[in-house]
Amino acid sequence: MTRAERQDRRVLIGLGVGIVLFPALAIQVPPIRHYVDIMIFVGIFSLVNIGLSLLMGYAGQVSLGQAAFFGLGAYASAILTAKFGWSPWAALPAGMVLTGIVALAVGVPSLKLKGHYLAMATLGFGVILFVVFNEEVAWTGGPSGFADIPGIALGTWQIDTPLKYYYLVWALVLAVLLFSLNIIHSRVGRALRSIHGSETAANAMGVPTSLYKTRIFVLSAVYASLAGSLYTHYMTFLSPGSFDLFWSIKFLMMVVIGGMGSIWGALLGTCLLSYLSNEWLHMFHEFDVLIYGLILLVIIMFLPKGLVSVLKKS
Amino acid sequence: MEQITLSGQLVQYAITGLTVGSIYALVAIGFNIIYNVTEIINFAQGEFVMLGGLFMVFFARVLDMPVPLAFLMTIAGVMAIGIMMERFAIFPAKNASVLTMIIITIACSILLKGAAMYGWGKDPFTLPPFTDRKPFVFMGAAVFPQSIWVVVTTLVVVFFLTMFFKRTKFGKAMIASSDNRDAAQLMGINVKTMVMVSFGLSAAVGAVAGVVITPISLMEYDRGTLLGLKGFGAAVLGGLGHFYGAVAAGFIVGLIESFCAGLVSSGYKDAAALLVLLLVLFVKPSGLFGSKEVMKMKEF
Amino acid sequence: MHTRSNTLVVTLCVALSMFLTTALLPPLAAKAEAKEPYKVGAIFAVTGRASFLGEPEKKTVEMIAEEINAAGGINGHPLELIVYDDEGDATKCNVAMKRLISQDNVPVVIGPSTSGTSLAVVSVADKAQIPLISCAASKKIVMPVEKRHWVFKVAGSDIHVAQRIFAHMKAKGITKVAIMTGTTGFGASGREELLAFAPKFGIAIVADERYGPKDTDLTAQLTKIKGTDAQAIVNWSIGPTQVLAVKNWRALGMGHLPLYQSHGFGSRKNIELCGKDAEGVLCPLARVNIGRLLPDSHIQKKVVMKYTETYEKKYHEPISSFGGHAWDSLHIAVKALEAVGPDRAKIRDFIEDLTGFVGQHGVFNFSATDHNGLSEDDLEMVVVKDGDWAIAR
Repeated sequence: MTRAERQDRRVLIGLGVGIVLFPALAIQVPPIRHYVDIMIFVGIFSLVNIGLSLLMGYAGQVSLGQAAFFGLGAYASAILTAKFGWSPWAALPAGMVLTGIVALAVGVPSLKLKGHYLAMATLGFGVILFVVFNEEVAWTGGPSGFADIPGIALGTWQIDTPLKYYYLVWALVLAVLLFSLNIIHSRVGRALRSIHGSETAANAMGVPTSLYKTRIFVLSAVYASLAGSLYTHYMTFLSPGSFDLFWSIKFLMMVVIGGMGSIWGALLGTCLLSYLSNEWLHMFHEFDVLIYGLILLVIIMFLPKGLVSVLKKS
Repeated sequence: MEQITLSGQLVQYAITGLTVGSIYALVAIGFNIIYNVTEIINFAQGEFVMLGGLFMVFFARVLDMPVPLAFLMTIAGVMAIGIMMERFAIFPAKNASVLTMIIITIACSILLKGAAMYGWGKDPFTLPPFTDRKPFVFMGAAVFPQSIWVVVTTLVVVFFLTMFFKRTKFGKAMIASSDNRDAAQLMGINVKTMVMVSFGLSAAVGAVAGVVITPISLMEYDRGTLLGLKGFGAAVLGGLGHFYGAVAAGFIVGLIESFCAGLVSSGYKDAAALLVLLLVLFVKPSGLFGSKEVMKMKEF
Repeated sequence: MHTRSNTLVVTLCVALSMFLTTALLPPLAAKAEAKEPYKVGAIFAVTGRASFLGEPEKKTVEMIAEEINAAGGINGHPLELIVYDDEGDATKCNVAMKRLISQDNVPVVIGPSTSGTSLAVVSVADKAQIPLISCAASKKIVMPVEKRHWVFKVAGSDIHVAQRIFAHMKAKGITKVAIMTGTTGFGASGREELLAFAPKFGIAIVADERYGPKDTDLTAQLTKIKGTDAQAIVNWSIGPTQVLAVKNWRALGMGHLPLYQSHGFGSRKNIELCGKDAEGVLCPLARVNIGRLLPDSHIQKKVVMKYTETYEKKYHEPISSFGGHAWDSLHIAVKALEAVGPDRAKIRDFIEDLTGFVGQHGVFNFSATDHNGLSEDDLEMVVVKDGDWAIAR
């Protein structure tokens, strides 16, 4: 095991311990008792962002359409469980497969594009899917939303409190992190980084660049789909507004601000931006949008490699 | 009731498409001006349009200035904002990666939106049209005089920019900076100034779009984002960096939207233009008029 | 660069600790008064796409809270209003709701502003067993009533609005209608009801056009309608597109086709923005919008005029229909607090039994099967005449 692998493993274990202990600590401090609820969303969005971080940070591609994959997973789970009576545990992987197929269909032609063109292609695809969510009222409920979606259970044990859901979500996040770290530290991971460095050189070295790029793109979509399914069964209500272009941009910002060079950056960025927009700016009232923009600007200007670069220096 | 013929409908869709397409064209031009000199995509471009409309409302209606003066003040004001954005947010981060730059411009757009929300509130505002309100009939369709103003203004802006880039020394210096930064610097061109000017010019073009569209479609603090994104789409469709491509693509996007809304499904119209864009990119990755070499060089 | 980012880290840490401290310290304005405050939680879409709803709602509740506290509070208890902005986003609304329930510990929540966000939190209210008085319109918010034990709404349903419009049309002998709706929760809900109720009034929908909330132009949709044999048009949206619909309708020479707007049009600001083009536009409105047109004998006159006058004096802008929802929900909550104190279950029961409550949007008669309490009679068909509202004949 390399030093980097050992470090990552340590962080993962530390994170796992922290996750388990957090609710116990939060309960003791009344003002942050409901932080467990926020952490559920942090966990769900982290799943999306881990995938995006792999795509952007390691493979060097860009996607402005992750919210669409998030939405695909969410609506797939909703439709299969609420309209067809499937079990959530069957609908979840079905959604992931569906999303993976769509990502493959979109990814193969799109990943031939570069830079801003790729960004625009993913943006376009994301918006098209949003329009579909909005228009196909018979399937998705359209802008009025899709209500009364069943919750999720493990056998007969209903996961119906925020605390239980918190552990479910984070257990999956940790599993996905483990899986992703294995990829990063494997031959595939090294190949990805070579593509990021220089695609031409990687090609010359015999790395099947298109194949790897597509695979990571599909993987990031599948992670987002998983996140979407978890979101659905927690909210039990969906509306297309949660999967629009602005959310794709939010995911992008979370990853970049957290730091693209490391998978931990995805978690950091998700955490910070979620707390900023949901919690910490309440006191600023009508200035909150302005302050939010200002904070983002300051962070990205002084820490262009993201928050993670602060930790790396030490 | 007086029926409209199919041909009348088609003409109407075409007019609407050209009007809204002009705005997309102006926004796309704005993207290209900055992109050409810096390779940055300025996601705050749409906010310049919004600010143009809102500033004009302030100068012409709140301060009651005569229209031409208000227009000049608006352009000057938004240009100043564009330049300040460049000085305070872009220039200090000049060594950052292109992706970081994109995030910086997104953060700026959030900031500008927040400031506009604070300054003007959330309600929409309107401006009186430049000339008479009453639309006239042309080939069975109703044409708002303001629509003509929009299209004419766009063409005038294109004309002036062409003259600027091809005939003036400054303009040619800007083109030189975009083609080859180092060579330009060696020739004594102050590239830093070029960058600053590109932001100012881009802001001015956006402001013009805002002023000219507000009498038709009102303006409020959060209109800019969607316009910016559609303009970006048009810029990419036309081939990033390609000036006339952006103009043509802007009109094309506007027309596709309008005809889709009228003939196919009004709900899917936003998707229609994007679908066309995606298909074009898959077939010709550098956009309709872009060149492969240019595209290859400007990677992340 | 190294020192710069270190300074930044330090600054960020200081800022973070400031935030956390503010969250952890008890409110410094500790009241030395005898009675503890009664809290009411509120979630409104103050910014974002639905700010047309949330902004006047927030202003209204703040104004009312000031009034109540100036008059001595609720049975001597000061009213403490805790308002959160959900930006019209379902996720943020969910988080805000949880915060109000577990951290701020409020006995009752008013809002949210939109149907989408309301539906996102009805299950939260149910699980936490806290009364929720939504300011949004969708009938699904309070139906099926068995699953919405804890949820009420004060906005008239789109069912009532649609029926009022069709009844007016039927009286005029209109049988073919074109509809155009925004692709938002508000527009979609209206579209559903319009499509559902048209046949019951013998009306055929000959065109069903949609558009986005930030679209700059609606001439394509209207041109399509022009090519059909529609005898009237219904436009259902909020925001600038309502104004665009009117302007484009007039500009395309379609003025001979009556244009009906949804109740979302109910604000004088909209008439101002339309200018002369709005002449003759029809709209079913709750009486909150037409206070000055009501006869003195009308049961709502006093209450509506007081709201209209105080709001317009304080904020220097015309009232909006949506602020009225906030008025209704807060006053109902206050009435409950007055009667039974800050007990979630008792408040819920009190509201369910409340009848004859004179509010901005009508006279509310709640019951175990009706958590909305309003009917079509609470709407008045109104027409724009000489730049202002007038009762339509």
